[in-house]
Amino acid sequence: MDIQPTIEERLWDYIDGTCNAEEKTFIGQLIATNQEWMAKYKELLEVHQLMGNLELEQPSMRFTQNVMEEIGKYHIAPAAQSYINKKVIWGIGTFFFLTIIGFLIYGFGQVDWSSKDGNSILPLDFSKVDLSVFFNNTYSNIFMMVNVVLGLVLLDMYLEKKKKVKNKNMEL
Amino acid sequence: MNTGPNDNEIISRVLRGEQAPYAELVKRYQNFVFTIALRYTPHREDAEEIAQDVFIKAYRSLADFRGESKFSTWLYTIVSTTCITFLRKKKLEVQSLDNEKVFEMAESHDSGFRANQVEQKSKLQMVNEAIKLLSPDDGKVITLFYKGEQSLEEIGKIMGLDPNTVKVKLHRARRRLKEKMEKHFVQEVKDIMN
Repeated sequence: MDIQPTIEERLWDYIDGTCNAEEKTFIGQLIATNQEWMAKYKELLEVHQLMGNLELEQPSMRFTQNVMEEIGKYHIAPAAQSYINKKVIWGIGTFFFLTIIGFLIYGFGQVDWSSKDGNSILPLDFSKVDLSVFFNNTYSNIFMMVNVVLGLVLLDMYLEKKKKVKNKNMEL
Repeated sequence: MNTGPNDNEIISRVLRGEQAPYAELVKRYQNFVFTIALRYTPHREDAEEIAQDVFIKAYRSLADFRGESKFSTWLYTIVSTTCITFLRKKKLEVQSLDNEKVFEMAESHDSGFRANQVEQKSKLQMVNEAIKLLSPDDGKVITLFYKGEQSLEEIGKIMGLDPNTVKVKLHRARRRLKEKMEKHFVQEVKDIMN
């Protein structure tokens, strides 16, 4: 019956300090009273202390210089998220949403809910909805142009972000 | 140990356009990065090339380091992926002494080595040499835990594992290290135990 791995694992948890207080007290007592546990604990503690003194390898003397010479060729790309302000995105999105809602409210407000035209297949009379008010007005046209430009800016930001993420994944 | 600016301060300066402070980060972590790279390849030139690639990649991606984890944790993640990519490109196979054939070669090589060196071998040297005989994953987890100042959770992030799995890997790596030491340095291990 091989119980060694269990004793070892519990002792390693004790040495690493990853066991709970109860287990720690229990193992401490076992180490103090049980020869087998004491011997194993000494053995593992010695190995633990030796591993704590492991030496790190050192690269060549020119290593740092070589790295700095290489990075001199690059400039840091801005973070993918740094120029995309989420508040701006939400603001633009809310603006579009409210605009659409405004149009719908105006449209439904123009509808005559009470009358029915016998020749029309539609259940409601939409003939009184006059959208030409919006498209004949200079200010409305400017407003629509601004909406289109903002939409294109959003689309560009989104595509740019996707491209950066894709390039980063390919690099790594 | 660090008496100069901390890592985040240096990173802020680099992101503002100063390249020179990055040299301080390189000096701080070059030994760790190089040592981990050596766990994957026995050739110092290849390990140095890998380590250099790691720092260049880290520099180029520095703007994406959000500071949610330690810089060292983030850096060591780049080490792992860079090592694997490099070895695939070079089509090098990382040999572990768990492979029986390699083990036999090492044994026959080791007998002569042992005859010449055993008198001078210190305990520390023995451990340093035994760790080189481990597989890359075993060597890496031991190095990260003992020298990289990484917790089990942080090592889990670096290796893409949950902390309990890292704990089991660490236990097994330590057991294998002890077995390597017992197998290759029998007399020294006896001296330690007595």
